Amino acid sequence: MTMIRFEDVSVRYEGAAEPTVRGVDLSVPEGELVLLVGPSGVGKSTLLGTVSGLVPHFTGGTLRGRVTVAGRDTRTHKPRELADVVGTVGQDPLAHFVTDTVEDELAYGMESLGLAPDVMRRRVEETLDLLGLADLRDRPIATLSGGQQQRVAIGSVLTPHPRVLVLDEPTSALDPAAAEEVLAVLQRLVHDLGTTVLMAEHRLERVVQYADQVLLVAAPGEPPVLGDPAALMAVSPVCPPVVDLGRLAGADPLPLTVRDARRRTAGLRERLAGVEVPVGPVGAAHGAGAGRDAVPAARVERLAVRRGRVEALRRVDLSVAPGETVALMGRNGAGKSTLLSTLVGLLAPASGSARVGGAVPHRMAPRELIRHVGLVPQEPRDLLYADTVAGECAAADRDADAAAGTCRALVAELLPGIADDVHPRDLSEGQRLALALAIVLTARPPLLLLDEPTRGLDYGAKARLVTVLRGLAAQGHAIVLATHDVELAAELAHRVVILADGEVVADGPTADVVVSSPSFAPQVTKVLAPQPWLTATQVRSALRAAEGEATP
Amino acid sequence: MADAAPVPRARRRRLAPQAHRSNALHPGAWWLWSLGLATAASRTTNPLLIGLIVGVAGYVVAARRTSAPWARSYGAFVKLALVVIGIRLVFAIVLGSPIPGTHLIVTLPEVPLPDWAQGVRIGGRVTAEGVVFALYDGLRLAGLLICVGAANALASPARLLKSLPGALYEAGVAVVVAMTFAPNLIADVQRLRSARRLRGRPDKGLRGLLQVGLPVLEGALERSVALAAAMDARGFGRTAAVPARVRRTTAALTLGGLTGVCAGTYGLLTAEGSTYGLPVLGVGLAAALGGLWLGGRRSVRTRYRPDRWGWRAWAVAGSGAAVAALMIAANSGDAGALHPGVVPLVAPELPLLPAAAVLLGLLPAFVAPVPPPAEAPVPERRRPRPPRTPRPPRTSRTPRAPRTSRSSRTEEKTS
Repeated sequence: MTMIRFEDVSVRYEGAAEPTVRGVDLSVPEGELVLLVGPSGVGKSTLLGTVSGLVPHFTGGTLRGRVTVAGRDTRTHKPRELADVVGTVGQDPLAHFVTDTVEDELAYGMESLGLAPDVMRRRVEETLDLLGLADLRDRPIATLSGGQQQRVAIGSVLTPHPRVLVLDEPTSALDPAAAEEVLAVLQRLVHDLGTTVLMAEHRLERVVQYADQVLLVAAPGEPPVLGDPAALMAVSPVCPPVVDLGRLAGADPLPLTVRDARRRTAGLRERLAGVEVPVGPVGAAHGAGAGRDAVPAARVERLAVRRGRVEALRRVDLSVAPGETVALMGRNGAGKSTLLSTLVGLLAPASGSARVGGAVPHRMAPRELIRHVGLVPQEPRDLLYADTVAGECAAADRDADAAAGTCRALVAELLPGIADDVHPRDLSEGQRLALALAIVLTARPPLLLLDEPTRGLDYGAKARLVTVLRGLAAQGHAIVLATHDVELAAELAHRVVILADGEVVADGPTADVVVSSPSFAPQVTKVLAPQPWLTATQVRSALRAAEGEATP
Repeated sequence: MADAAPVPRARRRRLAPQAHRSNALHPGAWWLWSLGLATAASRTTNPLLIGLIVGVAGYVVAARRTSAPWARSYGAFVKLALVVIGIRLVFAIVLGSPIPGTHLIVTLPEVPLPDWAQGVRIGGRVTAEGVVFALYDGLRLAGLLICVGAANALASPARLLKSLPGALYEAGVAVVVAMTFAPNLIADVQRLRSARRLRGRPDKGLRGLLQVGLPVLEGALERSVALAAAMDARGFGRTAAVPARVRRTTAALTLGGLTGVCAGTYGLLTAEGSTYGLPVLGVGLAAALGGLWLGGRRSVRTRYRPDRWGWRAWAVAGSGAAVAALMIAANSGDAGALHPGVVPLVAPELPLLPAAAVLLGLLPAFVAPVPPPAEAPVPERRRPRPPRTPRPPRTSRTPRAPRTSRSSRTEEKTS
């Protein structure tokens, strides 16, 4: 039975020359998990919004064609009149909460729909069990971790028993374990309750194996295609590493899970048996070698930091050499951001010491500080104040006492073809990150810190970021990135440091640390184990080199 | 552990059970209790009695508040009360006091003022009588504020708004959303100010604060739009079809009722209208309430686990009412003890009967359900201490160990 039906749908926003999405003509059957795939800016969120009725009732714009959900036309039904059949969770769960405790939040939707008190009570209890939230029922929502909040947000739209669930990037902000938690819940809903799930997600390596069908929007304005995940992954411009590896091995159909990939790429493993694994990512030998005798870019010794009465960091030792890239990993709340904040002097150590190029960060004046260390925060927007890119660049030059045009040149290098008069707010996530990075780099800090840089980036933007950061490392910048993205760490980092509860639990070369960890190992490592390969790029270049040697 | 833990608990017999959702005290009961105490505080200027009232309120807050964000507001109210006393004293000293006094403390230089400002004085004589009078007056206001603060700390504002009648529900939601936004706004300001440091600009001072104003407002606006979308998608604002006749009756009743209330109040306050005042006020109120009740029929909302008004709620509200009633009665009987004179200066005495009445206000500390240990408040901030100073092991108090560890874990999540 068809649950969602698009009939020649196109959406055009006010003032836009072209429709954001067009030519959508397909139907989603009941009880399927459909994954919406595509690069940034192809209108994935808009497409999701048409299902809940928020587009166009709430966002404005013109919708042509017709969307029907469970037989209700979204043109004649407002979002609130669809609330009993469609449950929507946006990108930021915190923006979704109306009440202050878990239990009230779960009941809120049912209260609005006017369900009987005994029904509400029963469903809240069921949902608490289904999502594993029973221990948290009285907790204020603000005190929950990211994964818990995401589960509460999903639970809060589940209680009215919707037949369709619409999710926009449900796992992007989560650490690998919390993401697994959320995905397990979704799979259970699809399998046990027959809920139809429509979900957009950039981190395909996490979700593609759960999808029954993939809805691919390959480029802006192109009509979406609905079909079998493996078949569509073959033509998709964005794909997870496991698919990349499958393409490399010429597997058909393409593998979507690590297990399938191990089976279908046995030949690849044999081809790689004779090839020597390069030590770490490109430039690793150079960076680490140069760092041995030089002054460390950052040195942290027996550092303890408190936030309120919580010991956010305890006895942390870390040293970063120039030209070295270090990835900080660990669950949400492990102390990664605290460590970065301490290195830029936003927090003062309770004991121990943190030094950046020999100076103490929290005693330095801001103007002095930015010459030693630069941080791109989790939300790059926090760094941007001006209303045009040009204005932002001019301000950055003044702040850093750099020659006029320094920042603009960096922007042009990192982000070719961006106009001067664009408002920073209108940039995409990836462009905004590049702008913030350029601003930070204007002062030429030898130490560069990035907090969760790949949140909201598609694979293309991520690849560009990797190239840029590698270039910076090769120029001698020391880079520390806090990230949940194991694939990024594998591509980029020479060293991985894992934090847990404010302590360093592992510190070593990327290959050693991530290969041995089940949750931090990248997909390629899992597929090709026991050979210690980290990324598909690595495998590709090694194969090319080996075959290049063989032919002449 | 199972045999060790109950021992200290068993020794302290409790009248009240541990609090959970089903036996939660109705927030209205806390408000009635605190308003009772506040009424009592407003009826006296005796600093000893006001101190006793503040002590009673503070004790109950300490015994029954949770770690919820609103529970921290008590401290803010106490600070505000101190500020009020300070302001009252400064006014009395600088602007002079109408109280004639003989005990001169100091004579401030007086600012000469033109003729038209007759009756206003800046500087001049400061007498002990005037200062003491101002102190008593300030204390009374401070007592009022602290009682209101106690209600704020004890009753969840969101749950109180949930008890509003259906027709006022939307207004209630607006208030709840505003209350959750305020802390978010403060967090935004802090985050953006620290981001200024990353751009090499000073992150302290007023200018820094002003420059983040626009981004903070933008962020708040974006968040509210996102919340509005989420609420709409979750069925907020669904209405039942109501016949036009009912709608018109609702409007007529509400408008007519409110007019009646205004007219009735005016009548009561003016000397001529005292005959018709009370009945008009009564009719107006009834009509307005009828309008509210009818208006509630438009809303399809139901309520999930509303707080019930049980005997504990009666006891808590009743204790506050009793304090107020007894204080009013004492005021009509022995007014002198409740208002110690300042001319001539006498040391205030503690009148026993009113003091005993105030102690009735302690009842909630015994009958209201006890918040579970995991939700008991933890000190907000402790002075950072070097971690290597070893804590002396307290073997005698092992049963408390799991409790502290649990509360610290909940605190960890908040960061």
